[in-house]
Amino acid sequence: MIEVKGLVKTFTDGTGARVQAVNDVSFQVEEGRFYTLLGPSGCGKTTTLRCIAGLEKPDTGEINVSGTAVFSSASGAFVPPYKRAIGMVFQSYAIWPHLTVLENVAFPLRVSKEKLSSDEIRKRVGEALGQVEMSGLEDRMATQLSGGQQQRLALARALVRRPQVLLLDEPLSNLDAKLRERMRFELRELQRRLRITTLYVTHDQIEALSMSNTIAVMSSGVIVQEGGPRDIYMHPKTQFVAQFIGSTNQISGQIVNQAGENLGTVSTEIGQLSCSLMNGLKTGANVVVVVRPESLILHQQQPAHGGNLVEGKIAAAMFLGEYVDCSVEIGRVVLQTHQPHTFQVRRGQSVWVELPPGDCLALPDQN
Amino acid sequence: MSTVAIPRSARFSFPQVRDPALLIPLVGAGVLIYLAVLPLFMLLLGSFQMEVAPREFVTTFKNYQAAYASEYTYSTFMNSLIFASGSAALGFFFGGVLAWLTERTNTPLRAIFVPIAVVPLILPGVLESIAWIFLLSPKFGYLNVWLMALFGLESPPFNVFSLPGMIWVHSVGQVPLAFLMMVAAFKSMDPSLEESAMMSGAGTLQTLKRVTLRLLMPTCGSVLLILFVRTLESFETPALIGIPARIYVYTSEIYLAFNEYPPDYGRGAALAVGLLLLSAVGVWMYTRSTRESKKFQTVTGKAFRPRQFDLGRWRWVGFGFLGTYFLLVVLLPFLVLLWASFLPFFAAPSWDAVQKLSLENYRYLNGFRPFWDAMKNSIILALMTATAAMLLTSIIAWIVYKSRLPGSWILDFLAFVPITVPGIVLGMALILLYVAFPVPIYGTIWVLLIAYLTRYIPYGMRAASGSILQIHSELEEAAATSGASWWETFRRVTLPLLRPGFAAGWIYICIVSFREFSTSVLLATGDSRVLSILLFTMFEQGQVTVVAAIGILMILTLLAIVTVFYKLSGHVGIQG
Repeated sequence: MIEVKGLVKTFTDGTGARVQAVNDVSFQVEEGRFYTLLGPSGCGKTTTLRCIAGLEKPDTGEINVSGTAVFSSASGAFVPPYKRAIGMVFQSYAIWPHLTVLENVAFPLRVSKEKLSSDEIRKRVGEALGQVEMSGLEDRMATQLSGGQQQRLALARALVRRPQVLLLDEPLSNLDAKLRERMRFELRELQRRLRITTLYVTHDQIEALSMSNTIAVMSSGVIVQEGGPRDIYMHPKTQFVAQFIGSTNQISGQIVNQAGENLGTVSTEIGQLSCSLMNGLKTGANVVVVVRPESLILHQQQPAHGGNLVEGKIAAAMFLGEYVDCSVEIGRVVLQTHQPHTFQVRRGQSVWVELPPGDCLALPDQN
Repeated sequence: MSTVAIPRSARFSFPQVRDPALLIPLVGAGVLIYLAVLPLFMLLLGSFQMEVAPREFVTTFKNYQAAYASEYTYSTFMNSLIFASGSAALGFFFGGVLAWLTERTNTPLRAIFVPIAVVPLILPGVLESIAWIFLLSPKFGYLNVWLMALFGLESPPFNVFSLPGMIWVHSVGQVPLAFLMMVAAFKSMDPSLEESAMMSGAGTLQTLKRVTLRLLMPTCGSVLLILFVRTLESFETPALIGIPARIYVYTSEIYLAFNEYPPDYGRGAALAVGLLLLSAVGVWMYTRSTRESKKFQTVTGKAFRPRQFDLGRWRWVGFGFLGTYFLLVVLLPFLVLLWASFLPFFAAPSWDAVQKLSLENYRYLNGFRPFWDAMKNSIILALMTATAAMLLTSIIAWIVYKSRLPGSWILDFLAFVPITVPGIVLGMALILLYVAFPVPIYGTIWVLLIAYLTRYIPYGMRAASGSILQIHSELEEAAATSGASWWETFRRVTLPLLRPGFAAGWIYICIVSFREFSTSVLLATGDSRVLSILLFTMFEQGQVTVVAAIGILMILTLLAIVTVFYKLSGHVGIQG
């Protein structure tokens, strides 16, 4: 397992100003679980990963890997990267071009303190390659592999030492869309099978949502929200998280009424909306109501019943195969909706939009 | 511990900085300062002295007066200016046209021309000048004799002992460099830039004018600039052709100051300082202009083939140009040297002369002790310089680009200082240094080694840093996260990946050291003579055909070194 406490790392940029890349980050990855650091470029997720790997030396904090303190600013401990029991997959794969597939995967075994025989090494490499479905390619030069194969090679190399912790730095970002879909699935299956504690870094929310046990959304060096995929998706705690995960509609307004536990009415430009309120919000607070496009239901005639019904006009409708991306104009507000692929409308047509109160969440307005 | 932000691709986290590690860049800086800066300092100092090893330091401007306010100042300046501009322009013209024909058109057989164009690099500058003297000398030059006979002319059409003659001979030696640079420029042109011009309605000629040439401008500027600076610094042609023709440029003036009796070191140093400044400005402008041209290069991850111009029937004209160039400029000088080496004395081709062909010169050289000494010195110096330079620069490149040791950028700067120093200026500076501080290496092969090493460190640095920068830091980081210590990573990952750059730098330095002339001319004496100096002195003494034989042997030796090297390394491609 991985334990990070109070991690701080600053850099000095070209002009001499200090940049706080990681600003007091703490989290825990339980044994055998898949934990993702998710966020936009510059949020500090990769720096955090590299601190855990030992490739960066943090300013303050504590990092424990499998019970060993690999870094502690309090005690001055610092274990260099090559002494940590980790496996790492880099964004660029970092495959050594002058070595064959076999030699690439065998490298960790050859430099380890434990001297293994050539046969033993060959056997272990064969096993590792088998795990990533690359058997039989041992004697090829590493540069002769395709992108997907190189990525799997990097994975095999990271796993051959049977480390206790696996670190992955945006491993799928250099693959094309179809391959990425497949690898998401395969990586997750592999991790489950091996039950290896995994820390994954990405800016792609689909990867995060589909693969992780727990997601930590990061922004500007801090963790903004931590939780399971569904939790993060359905109950974002800030505008930033709501915007970053999936696409979302945002409607500004003010709370006019509170009715019971976290429920209330918000007065907005498109009318009064019943929705869930985030903890701590009171009447009179300025809020932003967020609702996902796939939650909105469009009716061609005014429906008899349904919460939060608003009339509007179709601004655009794009057929995307899996769904129809429909934008609806209500006054000055444009709402994005996803309708079933059978939905057919024309531009300018009148529709009724239903915003189910259970799917509407009022978050503090951060503007 | 404070950290310095360097772009991610350049940083790496080992070795951890402990105080003793700070010694490494200090030692490196010390070596570089000793090699690169100290001689220049002595040069500057010496230019203000009256004597070369003064007992008291008397500052005087007399030397500068002698150098820059004499009756010859104007003619030297004009000669140097015309010589340098003419060579730059002509070298650029040939290099550019040849590069364009081979890279951007469908001229037949252009693929084999690329290695052919580079072959003249094997020909040392001194030999190039000698060969053209054989061809274009007004009294005996083969081309003159032949043309006079053919057309019944009264006076020889070409006189190599003139400024145009100097320009021609020197340009021809510069064409390989111009060619390689223009080829690189053409190769890196993104075809979609021209294609979008054509899609916007521009015809071939318009595209050429508005897009192609505009994109090439910065590179053309750089090429012209570097050719200009290199001509200004050169001494082979000014020595062999200029001096007999009484056409003096800056480098010849420095040589002459040194060759007077007693040698006027002061004036020589003053001239050297002036030339150094000119050269430094030129190199600075060149660096600025290459930075500009980088902006015009499209860097994508995808490789592309530049568009070919279809010349139609004109492609045979292109072929004719390539063929003529090859025959006239590459083959002819070599053939003339070969021919002359078999003659007892210089004579035009005729049946009479054919009967006199013999191996006499070669037999003479076989027993000629100074030849073997010079050959030995040249080979030893070439091998030692190349090895020392590459080892030193590999370590320095690693310190500059891969370690996080503070202040390592100074090493990068110091390593490139010698590129602004003309060979003859360095020779002058080293003389002043070692006569003032009599370490007993003056007059031996060791001072030549130091001189060559100093001169070629920038080239070694370029090869080594190019290689080091290509080693993505994640390749070393992956080794660390796979359990390899610093030494294991260096041994198993860094060094093998450095090998191509190391090898390329090594062979290049080996070849240029073997050919070196302008530094050696002041430093090589008696025992420490090298082949290029031997050629020069024997040619001046009139033993021209023996010189041709030495030349052929030099070329063969170089070819042998290059062949052995390629066999051993199995790599291809020397990029200058």
